[in-house]
Amino acid sequence: MSNYSIQSQKLSKLFGRRLIFKDINFLLEEKALFGISGPNGSGKSTLVKIIAGLVASSDGKIIHKNSAGEIIPEKLHNHIGFVSPYIVLYEEFSAWENLKIFAKIRGISLNEERVNNYLVRFLLDERKHDLVKTYSSGMKQRLKFIFALMHSPEVLLFDEPTSNLDEEGKTVVYDIIEEEGKIRIVIIASNEAKDLELCDEVLLLEKFKG
Amino acid sequence: MIAKSYALFKKDFCSELRTRYAINSLAMFIIVAISVILFSIGNETITESLTGGLFWVVIFFTAMSGLARAFVSEEERGTSLTLQLIASPSTVFTGKLLFNVILVFCMNLIIAILYSALFERFVVQNFPLFMLTFVLGNIGLAVSSTIIAAIIAKAGAKGTLYPVLSFPILLPLILTCVQLTLFSFDGTSFEEAKFELAIVVGYDVIMLTASYMLFDFIWKD
Repeated sequence: MSNYSIQSQKLSKLFGRRLIFKDINFLLEEKALFGISGPNGSGKSTLVKIIAGLVASSDGKIIHKNSAGEIIPEKLHNHIGFVSPYIVLYEEFSAWENLKIFAKIRGISLNEERVNNYLVRFLLDERKHDLVKTYSSGMKQRLKFIFALMHSPEVLLFDEPTSNLDEEGKTVVYDIIEEEGKIRIVIIASNEAKDLELCDEVLLLEKFKG
Repeated sequence: MIAKSYALFKKDFCSELRTRYAINSLAMFIIVAISVILFSIGNETITESLTGGLFWVVIFFTAMSGLARAFVSEEERGTSLTLQLIASPSTVFTGKLLFNVILVFCMNLIIAILYSALFERFVVQNFPLFMLTFVLGNIGLAVSSTIIAAIIAKAGAKGTLYPVLSFPILLPLILTCVQLTLFSFDGTSFEEAKFELAIVVGYDVIMLTASYMLFDFIWKD
């Protein structure tokens, strides 16, 4: 048991005068498959970024806690794995170099066995020493999953997890989501019905427009 | 934190070797700027004070042409978010600062060598004072350029904004370094130059402290 929890308290976000969402409250504990849904522009990505500590909320707050207590924003990145179409990996390096660099900057040693398993699973094993700039968008999306999973974070945030993926890639992603949802908190922001079917609970953002 | 920052520095160093994002522009700028000065002087012999002034002018504009890359390249390639997901703000700033300090030292060393070879009035009488000015000036230049690069990286007109925003911040440093360089040409002692040295040390300390305190707010949206 990780004893990890995420609590949203009266979370609101405004861009200028435009209200994106208002008064979002939820509590996720230990393991959960939590969905965030809503039409384009409803703030799905913004909410996920706020949960990850990448964007500040306009009002309210997100509290990340583990058995040691509340996690300070400076340390939050060690507890989070994030996949989204707007994350870009270093194209001048190979997939393997990228993952090695990320491990070193995080201050952890690269678990080669774990990473190699993911590379095989995501069908990137044979291309792991090729530069990322030679990858297709689908391959880059698969690599982002390894980037998110490599340090065994307590929280996984997947923003449009199946974008750019073929059917084979989607199947691997759905398997991963189901497996991870049994042991940690997984948050999925998507409009795809199939992505949201995996979730135990879905937050509909259009209900939080005020 | 040092090991993580060093890993980030190594990433930037390897990335620079592969992309040549900053090195090429810096090298080209140094060659062009010094060539323009030499052509405009012609056969005239310029004074020591003008030589010292032009030395720091070239350093300032060369820094403006390449040092912004620390953050601008991450922003332009869209990798800022990735960096935010793997490192704390202080790790990012230290790593980027380390890269810029080394880049500034290499760049300014080349400028100093070219100046001493091409300008006959670039004769240093008090070499330890010149070296101390060079080291302290480079540190101040690297710190200020790094934090300004972080500020302008998220702006639209990065190219124009960088020198405009840097000029008032770097002016006290450049003016004091010009004065100290002239002292080193004259052979002025450390005792007589201690006021100017204290200004440069104070500038470096203030900029470094302010940068670490402000970087959290600049780095996150």
